[in-house]
Amino acid sequence: MLIVACIKQVPDTTQVKIDPVTNTLVREGIPFIMNPYDTHAMEAALQLKDQFGCRVAVLSMGPPNAEATLRKALSAGVDRAILLSDRVFGGADTLATSKVLAAAIAKLNDELEPVGLVICGKQTIDGDTAQVGPGIAVRLGYQQLTLVDKVEELDLAARKLVVSRKLEGRHERVQAPLPSMLTVVRELNRPRYPTVPMRLAAATAEVEVWDNSVLQLDPQTIGLKGSPTWVSKIFSPERDKGEIVGDGYADPEGTVDLLLGKLMEKDLLPL
Amino acid sequence: MTPTPTIFAPLFIVATALFIWSCWKRLSLTALGKADDRLDNIGQRISDTLSYAFAQKRVLAKPSGLIHVAIFWCFLVLMVANTEFILHGLFPAINFAILPDSISMPLLQIIDVVSLITLLAVIAAAIRRLVAPPYPEARTFEAFFILFLIATLMLANFGVNAAKISRLQGANLNLFHHILPISSFFAAFVPAGTGKLVHDLSWWTHALVLLLFMNLLPLSKHFHIITAIPNVFLRRREHPPLPEREKFEAGNSFGINQVDGYTWKELLDSFSCTECGRCQMACPADQTRKPLNPRGVIAQLKHNLMANGPLLKQGQPATVPLIGEGDASISEEAIWSCTTCGACLQACPVFIEQMPKLIPLRRHLVEMESKFPEELLNLFENMEGRSNPWGIAPTERGKWAAQLGERPYEAGKSEYLFYVGCAGSFDARAKQITVATALLLDKAGVSWGMLGKDEKCCGDSLRRLGNEYVFDKLAKENVALFKERGIKKVIVQCPHCLTTLKNDYKQYGIELEVIHHSQLLLYLVQDGRLKLPKQADLGKLVYHDSCYLGRHNGIYDEPREALALATGAEPLEMPRNREDGFCCGAGGGRMWMEEFTGDRINLVRAAEALEQQPDTICTACPYCLTMLDDGIKDLKADKVQVKDIAEVMAEAVLR
Repeated sequence: MLIVACIKQVPDTTQVKIDPVTNTLVREGIPFIMNPYDTHAMEAALQLKDQFGCRVAVLSMGPPNAEATLRKALSAGVDRAILLSDRVFGGADTLATSKVLAAAIAKLNDELEPVGLVICGKQTIDGDTAQVGPGIAVRLGYQQLTLVDKVEELDLAARKLVVSRKLEGRHERVQAPLPSMLTVVRELNRPRYPTVPMRLAAATAEVEVWDNSVLQLDPQTIGLKGSPTWVSKIFSPERDKGEIVGDGYADPEGTVDLLLGKLMEKDLLPL
Repeated sequence: MTPTPTIFAPLFIVATALFIWSCWKRLSLTALGKADDRLDNIGQRISDTLSYAFAQKRVLAKPSGLIHVAIFWCFLVLMVANTEFILHGLFPAINFAILPDSISMPLLQIIDVVSLITLLAVIAAAIRRLVAPPYPEARTFEAFFILFLIATLMLANFGVNAAKISRLQGANLNLFHHILPISSFFAAFVPAGTGKLVHDLSWWTHALVLLLFMNLLPLSKHFHIITAIPNVFLRRREHPPLPEREKFEAGNSFGINQVDGYTWKELLDSFSCTECGRCQMACPADQTRKPLNPRGVIAQLKHNLMANGPLLKQGQPATVPLIGEGDASISEEAIWSCTTCGACLQACPVFIEQMPKLIPLRRHLVEMESKFPEELLNLFENMEGRSNPWGIAPTERGKWAAQLGERPYEAGKSEYLFYVGCAGSFDARAKQITVATALLLDKAGVSWGMLGKDEKCCGDSLRRLGNEYVFDKLAKENVALFKERGIKKVIVQCPHCLTTLKNDYKQYGIELEVIHHSQLLLYLVQDGRLKLPKQADLGKLVYHDSCYLGRHNGIYDEPREALALATGAEPLEMPRNREDGFCCGAGGGRMWMEEFTGDRINLVRAAEALEQQPDTICTACPYCLTMLDDGIKDLKADKVQVKDIAEVMAEAVLR
C-alpha cells in the first residue's frame, strides 16, 4: 500500500512582510520552508511506514525551487519525492491545485501501487484555506477525515482506519474505509529530525519532476485558467485596538502603575 | 624459611609474568583507539611532566593532596629499597652492603625514615578517607585494602631490620641505632631469641605482600601508579579542547557509539583515573544530583573497554553498548547533563579529559539517531532555518541599534566588527548590554561596525550539543562572510561567541583577533580613552566567572580590574571563583534545555552569590545573566540586581 503525503513549500511567514504599495508579499530574501502542518502529515505517513512497512511518496506542486523542500522530505525517509512543476500549473487556486494533485495521486495508484491513504496538513500557512486536502478527496472519491490528531487504528486487511478528529471543545472518533484522505493538526505527532546519513543520501537522491506531459490534463482546467478564485488585494489589517504602555525594562514599577491606572480607568479590573 | 632464591625466584617470576600479562591485557586495548599525535612539543611535555606529575602541582591544589605527595615521593625512594629487596631475594649475595659505606649508610638511613613517613601518610590517608572522604562512595574495600598493604610493607620492612638489629651487639648496635632509628625502635619489641623467626616472617611477609601489591595494581584504580605519569606527559596541549571536525560524506558515520571510536589516548585516560573524585566535586551536574559524574564516565569507559575490547580486537562487534544504562555504559541522561563548563578538566590532577568524551556521544545521538531531549528540536530547527535559537526573523537582528542608528561594518573603515551574538540581538534583557557596550565604544571613539541582518549565530550551542552538521554549515557561512568583508578584529560581549570565533573557527581556516568587551573596556579605561567621571554606585558587587570566559579562555583578571576601576573597590569573590568557578547551568547548550533532575544549577550558584550579601551580581555573559537573574528571583532576593560588566562600566562612564 502506498501512502501519499502532500506537502507545500511556503515562505517562512514569520519573516514575510507585505509591500504596502503593491499589496503583495515581499518574497525577496525570504527563506522557504515546508508548510509546518505538512511536516506533521509527512511524519504521520513515515510512522505508518515504520509500523506497517507501507511505502511513502510525497507530492508537491510548485516552482522548480520547491525541490529543496522535497529533498528535506527525502532526508526524513520518504521513498519517492515527486515535484509537479509546469508553467501551466502556475497561478492555481485551491480548485486547480487539488485537480493536479488528485491526477498525480491517481497516476501513482494506477501505475505504481494502490494508494491507501493521502495525508495533508490541515492548511498552509500562506493561504490558510484548508481546501486542497478535501478537494483531493472529492476528486478521487476518497473518504475525507479532516483535523486528525490521532490515528488510533489502521487495519490493512480489513481496509479500514479509526482516527480521532480534533474539533472545537471535543474530539470525534471516526472509522472510515480505505482509501481515505486525512488532514492533520500539529498535535498528531512530533516530526522527526533527519539524521546526517539520511541528509547526505537525500542530497544526491532523485527528486522526480512531473510536468503536464506526464499528467496530460486539459490546460484550460488547471493553473491560472482553471482557477475561478482571484485575489484582488492583500493587506495587513490596521491595529484598531490595543496600545503599548510604557517601557517595562527602563521603569518596571512605573509601567505597572501606568498599566493598572489605565485598566482601572476603563473599569477592567474586578476590584 | 630463610629467604631462599629457590622458593622466591619462581614466585617472583610467576608474579612478574602475571603482572606484565595484566598490564598488557589492559594497555594493549588502547591500540583499538584511533590515532592521535601526542608526541609534539616534547620539551614542553617534559616540563609539564615535571611540574604536574613529579611536583604534583594539581594534586596540591587541595590540602589533602599533601598526603598523596608524601606517599608519591616516598614511593620513588622506596623503589630503590624494593629493587634491593628483590635482588637480594634472587641473589642473596647482593644487598646494600656491597655498596661503599658512604653510599649504603645514608641510603639505609633515608629508607628507614621514608618508611616511617610512608606509614604515617598511609594512616593519615586512611583516617581522612574514613572521616572526611572526598565523596561518600570513596570508602571502598579496595581503597582501604591497598592502604593496608602499603602499611604492611612498611611494618614488614621495619620487622626485617628490627630483627637484624636485635641480634647485633656493641659498636655495631650503636651504629645501627644511629643509621636505622625507626627500625631500632621496633627492635626493642623483638623478644630475645626470636630474631631469626621475626626476620624470616617479616621478610616473607614483605615479599608476598610486595608481589600481591604489584599484581593488584593493574586490577585496581592503583593502575594509575603506572599510567598517570605517561598520561600527564601525553596530555592534550591545545586549550580549550576543541572537538574534531567531521567530514560530511556519504558512507561516513558520525560521533561515537562504540568504545573504539575514541583515540588511544582517550582510552588510556580510562586506566589513569585513581577515582580521587575531584572532577566530581567540581562538576555542576554531579553536585546538583544529576546522573552525570565525570569520574563515573571514565570508570564506565574503562569497564566498557574491558568488556568489549577482546571482541573488538578480533574484529567482532561490541556486545556492551557504550551509550546505555549500567556500569559499563554511559547513560543518555548523563550525556545530556553536561554543561561543558570544563571544571572536570581543570580539577583532574593527571589531565584526564572527561568532558570532551561526551561531545562525540551527543553527536552520535543527534546525527545518527536523532535522539535528543524534546526541547532541542525547536532549537535545532530555529538555528538551521533562522540562525538564532528563538526562531525570530533574521531581519530583526539589527533592531537593537534602532535608536543609535545602524552602523554597518565597512572594510577598511571600521577597525572592529562588533559581533553582537544572538542573545545580544534578540533577548530583551541582553539587548541592554549590547546598547551599553555600543554607547561605551562610541564614547571611547572606537571605530566599529556591525553586520546587522547578515550576522548569523556563531553555532556554539549546536557544537556543544553535538549537532555538528548544522554547526559546520553555520561556521562555513560565517567564515566566508568574515573573509568576504575583510574582518580581522572582533568585539564580542558573549563568551560563547568569543570561544567559537576565536578557537573553533581556527579549524575553518580563519584566525580572528577576538576581544571580549570586559577586556576592551578595561584597556579603554587604562588608555584614558574612557574617562570615569564618577564611580558606579551599585553597592557591594560580587563577580561571577563565566566558564567560557574563564576556564575556557583564561580571562579572569581583566573583568575584575575593570570592575575595580568602575566601582572603586575590588569585587567580592564567591568561595568558588576563577579556575574553580561554578557554572551558571547554561553552558553546553543547557541554556535551551529543561532541568528536571536534582537541584537547579542556577539556584545553587545564585545562592552562593547571595551568601556574599551583595547589592549587585556582575556577570560577563548573557547566559550567566539570565540564569542568575532567574535564580535570584526564585530565591526571592529581588533587591539584588544582576548586571553585565558593560552596564556597570556605563554607570561610571555615562551617567
